[in-house]
Amino acid sequence: MHLFLQQVFSGLASGAIYASLALALVMIYRATDLVNFAQGEMAMFSTYIAWMLVNAAVPFWAAFALTLIVSFIGGMVIERVVVRPVENAPVLAAVVVTIGLLLIFNALAGWLFTYTLQEFPSPFPDRPLFGALMTTRDLGVIAVTLIMLALLFAFFRFTATGLAMRAAAQNPASARLCGIRVGRMLAIGWGLAAAIGATAGIMVAPILFLDPEMMSGVLLYAFTGALLGGITSPVGAVIGGLIVGVTENLVGTYLIASQLKLTVALILIVIVLAFRPNGLFGTAIVRRV
Amino acid sequence: MNDGTAAIASEKLAVGGEARLRIGAWRRFAIAALIVLAAALPFGLSNYQVFELTQVMIYAIAVLGLNILTGYNGQISLGHGGFFAAGGYTAAVLMHRYGVPYWATLPPAALVGFALGLLFGLPALRFEGPYLALVTLAMAVATPQTLKYFSWTGGQQGLNLAKPAPPPGLGIDRDRWLYLFVLVILLVAIRVAANLLNGRTGRAWMAIRDHPIAAAAMGVDTPRYKTLAFGTSTLFTAVAGALAAIVVGFVAPESFSLFLSISFLVGSAVGGIATIGGAIVGGFFIEFVPNFANDISDAAPWAIYGLAMLLFMYAMPRGVVGSLGPLAAWLRGRLRPAVAAGEISAASNNASSPQQTSQGRLE
Repeated sequence: MHLFLQQVFSGLASGAIYASLALALVMIYRATDLVNFAQGEMAMFSTYIAWMLVNAAVPFWAAFALTLIVSFIGGMVIERVVVRPVENAPVLAAVVVTIGLLLIFNALAGWLFTYTLQEFPSPFPDRPLFGALMTTRDLGVIAVTLIMLALLFAFFRFTATGLAMRAAAQNPASARLCGIRVGRMLAIGWGLAAAIGATAGIMVAPILFLDPEMMSGVLLYAFTGALLGGITSPVGAVIGGLIVGVTENLVGTYLIASQLKLTVALILIVIVLAFRPNGLFGTAIVRRV
Repeated sequence: MNDGTAAIASEKLAVGGEARLRIGAWRRFAIAALIVLAAALPFGLSNYQVFELTQVMIYAIAVLGLNILTGYNGQISLGHGGFFAAGGYTAAVLMHRYGVPYWATLPPAALVGFALGLLFGLPALRFEGPYLALVTLAMAVATPQTLKYFSWTGGQQGLNLAKPAPPPGLGIDRDRWLYLFVLVILLVAIRVAANLLNGRTGRAWMAIRDHPIAAAAMGVDTPRYKTLAFGTSTLFTAVAGALAAIVVGFVAPESFSLFLSISFLVGSAVGGIATIGGAIVGGFFIEFVPNFANDISDAAPWAIYGLAMLLFMYAMPRGVVGSLGPLAAWLRGRLRPAVAAGEISAASNNASSPQQTSQGRLE
């Protein structure tokens, strides 16, 4: 039982990271019907920025904040420069653009920072808590994710910009008629998604070590989490990400060696989706006939 | 008056049909010339270039399979690398363990691809858009890991195959023989795909893609045709996989990574998803652009590859053939003033007479 709970808590910690990235995916999907394959590599790149800042003796939390700001601006620039030209193109063209972006970020990171594993400092001490049920690091990761979620929720619920962004995502044409600058909202959405991704990257880097391939697996889990929760539902993305994290850990502990962990986790989730094709919290895609 | 316009319309149709027939003859001639050129090409190139072009054709067959599914039926797949692997391993295991000659492995590979596609297409019926992408992605991720697990697939090391010898007495070497062999399969694949897509099945697929509800209301058996599209698509891709195993002479789990599946999708989008010719453009893109990228920049070749994807999508969001096809059709119309003028004058000539008769009748 102790082992079980231990694994659940450690799964929740990695699940929180998947949940963050899943949330970033859902934000962009809701606004543009586009799965951003570059989300993970953008987060990886942001993490390298944080790593450079920390190495330049910037205090950790200052580096964290600076990285979020840089990522936010970077995300907006990417939307304006890279994604906007295919805004009205077929979806597959936009998907290919994000795949191209993935390759570019990956190669750039390898070129600028080399492919060697880098150690990344954790802001949280690694001490056992509650009779070794979890560590302070796990707790810290979960806390950071929860704080970020609360802030996002408040932003979308209580600010005018948040409301405008929701409107722009739900019905761009009507939103535009109401005077909302839909293009700007999209850019802000990409910026926010990039910042959320950066948080996920910085949280995961102390565990996985930093290298250009760091986020590829994480992105897959995040994508799975987002779909499990329902790609149209932000709350679903968070819950889905947490479920994926716990499932992955339990499968790895009880069922099978870590090599096939990913495959088994994916198969389990596909089975769940077979019964709930729109995810646990997603709404069915409805089309006007 | 109604009789008159109907007559004009039918006359126009008849003349247009004739013109089309003439264009059809030209087209057939051009295609025949292209085939001859393609068959003669390897004799002027180095062995390595021949091998590269063979790879291009193999990728083209795989992308053609994906085009059938994504372009003509609207189902996305990020897992076609898995079906490519299934075909490759079918051929490899048959050749390696049972000593089956290489050409005889294609039908079993096709069968395996078709069966797997049908099996996969059934659950895929429940999924749409990103969900289908995830399910197929799961398949792409699972493929290399599963292949490593079994001993009859050669495990981590994979299987080494003897490269097939060319038929004796033909006087050509192995690389050029394999090139011609793959070329024939590619031509057959294109012909089969074109016939399927121009016929009843293809129309059903496109109807489902454009409007599933309307298609169902018109009496199209949606689940059956969607599953069939999946099976047909994976059949093509599995055959391509078998050819790859034969030509490369080696299969290993790592050759069928997620990246391969993504490459197919990129090749499909770059060529034009709802086109047949686009598959060939896609094959060229998958094979050559990474090499070009390597020549341009040693430091970050994949960045150049990614950049190439971006530029292609900006310039031609519907793919090369998808975007240039309509342009070519428009140019053809412009460059054939004779045909076009003949069509118009014939139509107007014929137009005047029935109108007169109908006027006469009115009087």
